Amino acid sequence: MIKLSNIRNFSIVAHIDHGKSTLADRLIQLTGTVAERDMQAQILDSMDIERERGITIKANSVRIEYPAKDGETYILNLIDTPGHVDFAYEVSRSMRAVEGSLLVVDATQGVEAQTLANVYYAIEADHEIVPVLNKIDLPASEPERICEQIEDVIGIDASEAVHISAKTGLGVPDVLEAIVTRLPAPTGDPDAPLKAMLVDSWYDSYLGVVVMVRIMDGTVRRGDRIKMMQTGATYGIDKLAVLKPQMTDIDVLGPGEIGVITASIKQVRDTRVGDTITTEKRGATVPLPGFKPAQPVVFCGLFPVDAAEFEDLRAAIDKLALNDASFSFEMETSAALGFGFRCGFLGLLHLEVIRDRLEREYDIDLITTAPSVIYHIHMRSGEMIELHNPADMPDLTYVDHLEEPRIKATILVPDEYLGDVLKLCQDRRGIQMDLTYAGARAMVVYDLPLNEVVFDFYDRLKSVTKGYASFDYQMMGYREDALVKMQVLVNEEPVDALSTMVHRDRAEARGRMMCEKLKELIPRHMFKIPIQAAIGGRVIARETLSAMRKDVTAKCYGGDMTRKKKLLEKQKKGKKKMRQFGKVEIPQSAFISALKMDD
Amino acid sequence: MSALVQSPQAAPAPLTRAEDWRNGGFGLYIHWPFCASKCPYCDFNSHVSAEIETDAWRNAYISELRRVAALTPGRVLNSVFFGGGTPSLMDPELVAAILEEVRACWPQGNDIEITLEANPTSVEAGRFRGFRDAGVNRVSMGIQALNDSDLRALGRLHSVEEARHAFDIARNTFERISFDLIYARQDQTLAAWQAELREAISMAADHLSLYQLTIEQGTAFGDRYARGRLKGLPDDDRAADMYFATQELTDAAGLPGYETSNHAAPGEESRHNMIYWSYGDYAGIGPGAHGRLTLDGQRYGTEAIRAPAAWLNAVTEKDSGDVVKTTLSGEDQAWEYLMMGLRVTRGIDLTRFSTLSNHDLTPKINELTSYGLVEKQSGILRVTKAGQPVLNGILRELLP
Ligand SMILES: Nc1nc2c(ncn2[C@@H]2O[C@H](COP(=O)(O)OP(=O)(O)OP(=O)(O)O)[C@@H](O)[C@H]2O)c(=O)[nH]1
Ligand SMILES: C[S@@+](CC[C@H](N)C(=O)[O-])C[C@H]1O[C@@H](n2cnc3c(N)ncnc32)[C@H](O)[C@@H]1O
Ligand code: SF4
Ligand SMILES: [Mg+2]
Repeated sequence: MIKLSNIRNFSIVAHIDHGKSTLADRLIQLTGTVAERDMQAQILDSMDIERERGITIKANSVRIEYPAKDGETYILNLIDTPGHVDFAYEVSRSMRAVEGSLLVVDATQGVEAQTLANVYYAIEADHEIVPVLNKIDLPASEPERICEQIEDVIGIDASEAVHISAKTGLGVPDVLEAIVTRLPAPTGDPDAPLKAMLVDSWYDSYLGVVVMVRIMDGTVRRGDRIKMMQTGATYGIDKLAVLKPQMTDIDVLGPGEIGVITASIKQVRDTRVGDTITTEKRGATVPLPGFKPAQPVVFCGLFPVDAAEFEDLRAAIDKLALNDASFSFEMETSAALGFGFRCGFLGLLHLEVIRDRLEREYDIDLITTAPSVIYHIHMRSGEMIELHNPADMPDLTYVDHLEEPRIKATILVPDEYLGDVLKLCQDRRGIQMDLTYAGARAMVVYDLPLNEVVFDFYDRLKSVTKGYASFDYQMMGYREDALVKMQVLVNEEPVDALSTMVHRDRAEARGRMMCEKLKELIPRHMFKIPIQAAIGGRVIARETLSAMRKDVTAKCYGGDMTRKKKLLEKQKKGKKKMRQFGKVEIPQSAFISALKMDD
Repeated sequence: MSALVQSPQAAPAPLTRAEDWRNGGFGLYIHWPFCASKCPYCDFNSHVSAEIETDAWRNAYISELRRVAALTPGRVLNSVFFGGGTPSLMDPELVAAILEEVRACWPQGNDIEITLEANPTSVEAGRFRGFRDAGVNRVSMGIQALNDSDLRALGRLHSVEEARHAFDIARNTFERISFDLIYARQDQTLAAWQAELREAISMAADHLSLYQLTIEQGTAFGDRYARGRLKGLPDDDRAADMYFATQELTDAAGLPGYETSNHAAPGEESRHNMIYWSYGDYAGIGPGAHGRLTLDGQRYGTEAIRAPAAWLNAVTEKDSGDVVKTTLSGEDQAWEYLMMGLRVTRGIDLTRFSTLSNHDLTPKINELTSYGLVEKQSGILRVTKAGQPVLNGILRELLP
């Protein structure tokens, strides 16, 4: 077993794209954890979708060995975390498994909204924090100024910040030394009853369910029988390993160590992140404090384009859920769309990621209905109903009032764009809570309705500030407001999947915009199609999509009819990929695109 | 001949599936795959080649004619069409040799139509007499535009003046004459097209093919379009306006549209193309040529090797230029008939359709009728004026 004093556990946290994964690469490389020929950029981002989008979605851990200047060899467990706000939950729970954090700040960008959010998580978890200024290879980097900013805005000492380029490797050896000398060793008693924190779990197609643990007290060996304290379920350990980053078998894990376990666990749902694992016999009696479970905040319906693929969708969702405990789902039926699922996500990016994976990894074409947040409906009877789907809105005569979720949004923005940001927040029914300055940048805090933020707030923010603003939010609770359900009628038929909740004062503008958008998104048909937005029975906006005017093959090729037939058949297949609403075919992309606002 | 294209008359006793081709007759298509230069919009099987061995090509065409004739003995030939590429660049002696062989291969009606596609440059005009002497009795000229800057934009090698000159020679040489224009060009206004079309009508051809410019993948225009560099093309609404204006002007001039893009004085319709559109049989000879042949009661689709050199080689070495021979089921035939037949204003014979197919079109026909796009009358289904420019939409609805 490894001496506690020779272990260091830490997470790497930062705003999106400040270079966490790249720094992890250098640490892995410098310590020879991965052979040079197997190295690739952002090696820990192993999911296709992570590699494609160039972002980290899931926190990843790796164990490296570092012979330090003091002559001792240390075991370092690093956890690379995602920067995007949707996955903040991954960060906060990772923090609980380690004692320190490397706070990476891009020396060309400075402190951003997620820098702040993540520092708060680290402080909350009592971490020792080592600031790391990254990207000093870039001419635009200003490490000195950014150090001051860290001290001003965050209020932590940055005088001993490590200056590095994760890209070139410059300064990275100093990071290793700082980890060993500045971060605390873990504590724990190897002889006490086992207390292992269940940090994460996922489904591996070869090994089944894999559980990642951090040992707090006691030791665990291959073959031991363990017990999940929350569920009481017991299992025999099949495999005990550490991640380097491939699984490497190990015989025993002691206090302070991080490793993975496989046992005959059937489903990821049988494992609760934050649970305490102990031994079946002579186990601990008091569990570790658990985690707050991740709360889905955005809901939408997922339906197969081809109704016959419902069972495939069910199987795919079941499999995906094995890997992602933060995504929830239940069966849903819709008059127009048939059978599908109402799914809950941590945010819109999370929604997109899951939808992409379903479409790509399982080859199912999906219709995504308008995303919605959870509304609280207070009935006249005094009962409170959670509304996940605007289509389920009860008859208004029974409704007393509605409440919607609000968030506290923190936005950091260069002065010159402040006006645009304030206007955007105001347009989205925001209430300003705070406005302070740090140098040439403003930090604005707004109280905003979540439903105004969910669809496209982040995109809009990026576009009005040319990418210079950063954004983070926290849920704040519910507040009453004048909310109504807006229906969309296409060719006189209501399309459930396009129903949304809107504020009464904004309904007309929203309705007009949606009708205009749909007019663009729905291809012309053989007949003209009225597109209307309505509240109750009252039409508040209307557009008409005129009938197809021109689609004919001008010339024939000396009797070649095969080619034309193929073309028509292909187009016909394309039509079948759309969903039929009455006589109208609506392309799947329309359901989300129709909601995006151009303000 | 006008009976073929005029009043909707269903044949009294419908022909069986095995004899279905007789509804359309029998024609021969000969493809000449070479051009002087490649036009940027064109995706026909046409190639620029420095050297063409006339002898080898003559032998290959003759060998193919004999092969196909052996499959279709005794059929009365209604038309021959030399298409391209640019057949007017063929040596008139080659055309003569081919037509001589054709006469030896099949009996032919005394009103046989023999068309040759011609480009209107002086080079070709010089050969017109030779083509006529070889037996060609109709030319179809690719004039494309009546203004020089548009001709340049279309990559054409001739000017308006040259084209008119070639046209005059053709008119004095051939009994029947048609020419092609491409409209809905870049930056072309409706008014400009109307003026140009009036001018074209005044040239007094008996037949006009008026094609809206189609941007085809794999052409120079296609690439430019994909990169967003082909500007000023009309949108669907403007294109539809141009289409309707075209119908109006030609109707008024006594050259009504009898097919999506074709207009003729009564009786001057292209008999050859009518064989395609009324789904008769036709042999396709030459690189990339398609054919439809009913042999022993079964209809086949044939397709020849596209690349000229490979085709020549195959014919010389293997005795056949065809690469594909597909058996067409009754349903296949029914849809081909529908697809082609609805291009023609006189429409399709639904009895004939149901001889080939078990599919019931009635519900879709009723729906489309309610939009005013098709009409059904005594067993004939035809596309209305309003339906013509959206024929593909109609076909997609009708397709199963
Ligand atoms: N020039 C330069 N570029 C860097 C440096 N470090 C990282 N980058 C680049 O910055 C981009 C983002 O790097 P990542 O390591 O993926 O950032 P991240 O913080 O892990 O991002 P998320 O996981 O999405 O939050 C990549 O294009 C890197 O190549 C550096 O030191 N210098
Ligand atoms: C086989 S082509 C060419 C005949 C001859 N080589 C010529 O260019 O004059 C027959 C006709 O198709 C038309 N055509 C070719 N490509 C076209 C396109 N992309 N869009 C519209 N019409 C086209 C032209 O009017 C052309 O005359
Ligand atoms: S349009 Fe005619 S001349 Fe031009 S490339 Fe095509 S076939 Fe040849
Ligand atoms: Mg990353």
